[in-house]
Amino acid sequence: MTTVSFFVPRTRRNVELLLLLFAVGIVLLAYLSVGLAVGGAVPIDIVTQGSWLLGFVVAFHLVLRWRAAYADPVVLPIVTLLNGLGVVMIHRLDLAEGRDLAEAFAPRQLMWSGLGIVIAALVIVALRDHRRLRRYTFTAMVAGLVCLLLPLVPFLGVELNGARIWIRVAGFSFQPGEVAKILLTIFFAAYLVQTRDALALAGRTVLGFPLPRARDLGPILVAWLSSLAVLVLERDLGTSLLFFGLFVAMLYVATERISWITIGLLLFSGGAYVAYLLFGHVRQRVEFWLDPWSPEALAQSSQLVDGLMGMGAGGLFGTGLGRGNPQITPFAESDFIIPSFGEELGLIGLCAILMLYVLFVERGLRTALGTRDGFGKLLATGLAFSVALQIFVVVGGVTRVIPLTGLTSPFLSSGGSSLLSNWVIVALLLRISDHARRPTPDEAPPPVTPPAGPGKAVIA
Amino acid sequence: MNNPIRRLAVVIAAMFCALLVASSWIQFAQAKELRDRPGNRRTLLATYAQERGALLVDGEAVARSETTDDEFKYQRTFPQGSLYSHVTGYYSFIYGAGGGLEQSADDLLTGQSDQLFYRRLGDLVSGRRPTGVSLELTIDPRAQKAAQDGLGDQRGAVVALEPKTGKILAMVSHPAYDPNRLAGHDASQVQEAWRELNADSGRPLVNRAIRGDLYPPGSVFKIVTAAAALSSGRFDENSTLPGPERLDLPDTSATLPNHDGGACSGGRPTMTQALETSCNTAFGWLGLQLGGTALREQAGKFGFGQAVEIPMRATASTVPEQLNRPQEAQAAIGQYDVRVTPLQVAMVSAAVANGGAVMKPYLIAQKRASDLEAFGQTAPTKLGQAVSGDVAAALTRMMTKVVESGTGTRAQISGITVAGKSGTAEHGEGRDPHAWFTAFAPADDPKVAVAVVVEDGGNAGSEAAGGKVSAPIARDVMKAVIAP
Repeated sequence: MTTVSFFVPRTRRNVELLLLLFAVGIVLLAYLSVGLAVGGAVPIDIVTQGSWLLGFVVAFHLVLRWRAAYADPVVLPIVTLLNGLGVVMIHRLDLAEGRDLAEAFAPRQLMWSGLGIVIAALVIVALRDHRRLRRYTFTAMVAGLVCLLLPLVPFLGVELNGARIWIRVAGFSFQPGEVAKILLTIFFAAYLVQTRDALALAGRTVLGFPLPRARDLGPILVAWLSSLAVLVLERDLGTSLLFFGLFVAMLYVATERISWITIGLLLFSGGAYVAYLLFGHVRQRVEFWLDPWSPEALAQSSQLVDGLMGMGAGGLFGTGLGRGNPQITPFAESDFIIPSFGEELGLIGLCAILMLYVLFVERGLRTALGTRDGFGKLLATGLAFSVALQIFVVVGGVTRVIPLTGLTSPFLSSGGSSLLSNWVIVALLLRISDHARRPTPDEAPPPVTPPAGPGKAVIA
Repeated sequence: MNNPIRRLAVVIAAMFCALLVASSWIQFAQAKELRDRPGNRRTLLATYAQERGALLVDGEAVARSETTDDEFKYQRTFPQGSLYSHVTGYYSFIYGAGGGLEQSADDLLTGQSDQLFYRRLGDLVSGRRPTGVSLELTIDPRAQKAAQDGLGDQRGAVVALEPKTGKILAMVSHPAYDPNRLAGHDASQVQEAWRELNADSGRPLVNRAIRGDLYPPGSVFKIVTAAAALSSGRFDENSTLPGPERLDLPDTSATLPNHDGGACSGGRPTMTQALETSCNTAFGWLGLQLGGTALREQAGKFGFGQAVEIPMRATASTVPEQLNRPQEAQAAIGQYDVRVTPLQVAMVSAAVANGGAVMKPYLIAQKRASDLEAFGQTAPTKLGQAVSGDVAAALTRMMTKVVESGTGTRAQISGITVAGKSGTAEHGEGRDPHAWFTAFAPADDPKVAVAVVVEDGGNAGSEAAGGKVSAPIARDVMKAVIAP
């Protein structure tokens, strides 16, 4: 070694704490601004609410200091900010709709956020190494499929707004699909890490196009059929699209073969076209997407148009929190929370929120790049991509990039199951990133002072 | 596996770019189009959530916005009910603003007017919503009340002007309506009221003072004919005119009779006498002497053919373009297809009162900002010179005679010289005539000019004559202005 460069890993936990305070500050300002706009006064509970939020996230931060000191410092503040803004918007919609305490969404969302943070902390504490998840490859698969199909069980599954994606147990409703997303990502990652060589190398080249062996097509066909089953049986366009897209992306990352993407896209287009021909609800979605202003579309559902007009009303700078009318749009606190933000925070605010998501996904992918083990890479990629794809599907749906499907905006939308599972994703990403950034024990610990001589130490 | 992860990152970047482009398209490029979409509830709510300027008469609101607890935030109320219905118009969250200043001065009331640009710069910087401007009206509340009481339950209209400025002192059209019924926030009640008002055969939503089907002016048009005659230089107020029982109309066997069937002042009236007794044959003869073009030009100088904006757009009064010889005689006495608004008739009297100068009539005296600071006082505008000062003075003397000893004696006010002219306008076989009266007072220093029309003779029916039915209403309105 003629030149010596030392990478001195730093935990960056203080940066995280600073950013966290910043995020909590923004959330409290948003809460204040809603209070001033709607009630004309500073909300009296701002100190207690703020303390709760701060207490929970700082506790989580301390857990990270204790058990995952090298975890990515940006992820937690981003998620805190998104989660907090979501609660504020839901609270603002509660006020607009005049919901009393018993039926208000915001306190429940707050409760779920707290629970989500606790569960995420438990995951961090209990799961010392993400590679341990590989032990449960097929358990994860079975559990994931069960979760996916649970809503179809009679008496358990509930059909809401045309989609059968809910189960109701003891008065609590839950979307098991959200949990299935994590379980199946774990399964995909573990499975693909085992079989990637076979999937990547075996096969013939036909006309310069490398084709996989017929028997290796099995898994992708299973994934395709499962997502079609979700589409047909649960009538859930969004979940179906999410699973299949996630699987194809992970398959591509595992094998580096473009042919898998081609095959995936062909299967998807074929499935989508057949579904379009066979199922009225799919055809309707596409027609509403192409012309939401047609009288037939307006007679059926005006929510897409309501959302668009809300975003239009917001314009560049927005009406200001608490000063618009997002409550006009149906599901303004769940599927249509993005137009709600577009209306009140304007294009600028909406872009900021999208950039927060971009940063989150980027941190996930960076973790994947930095991790040394294949399973960790695939898992981190899968988790990050699932969030990215979900945002694309839900935001693309309300902005007419793609047909509207019913998915929640991660961390923002009202809904406990979505919130819990997304906090688990956060915990898993933090766990992997801790692994990625932590100095490996077999490397010599970096010297505290650079060695004397011509060698130059680079302190990063 | 790092290369495909990087490529996947590019795909994700493309996905987010698509979202950013789509959001920008909706919220920036398409925003205005979306806001202007019919049925956009947010735009509606935004309009109603804003405090709209009040309409003030003598410092008191006749239309104002009051805060409410419902989603519209403000409720428009009209404290005087139907008294000012055709001045204010209505303001409905279903049917929009209409029927008066609510519509015509909407951009001022909402604070969006370009006239307010410099005043709004401050709002723009501070991010405040522009506040509406309140408008102080020219209406004299006593004159308005007198006009309303005078018309009572009869259909018709009254317009009173200040001759020197063109200020509209009173504007009443009957039947009126209560704009509060359309301003409510209960959709079904508003719809019900709207249906009822539109189905009403009396057409209460039409402001007869400036719009509607217009009226034949009858003998009040003789002022215009007299003005044309005097201005031609061929006649003066003492010129004797032929005033037989019937005037033979050229090119036809038809004749033009006098109202009472007899000859005027022994068949040889002076022009003053002819006006005093409203002699049809004498003025018909004048019409033939002067010709249709001269009549039309004189009428045009008084404002016929112009749609003035007060700021509501008044329908232009008309003298037909093509008149044959018999029609010239009929037009000269305000029959055939001459059509006028009460506003136009008041403008004729006001011009005579004002030395021949026609002033543009207007309703908005000045604007007031939300802190009630006054600004933008409306300056009177001269539309033109209808007749010379001498002709105006002669017409004033002639019209004074009408009230002194002619058909308009019921318009007399003790101690004040009144100048006026009656009119009884036939409008079809078997229908009672419209009763007209126009006047101004005091004749030597005019403070008010008024025009009154009572449709179909009002309560007097076939017995109606302008001097009988309408003159007392004109008198009360003038009295309310001069000697309250």
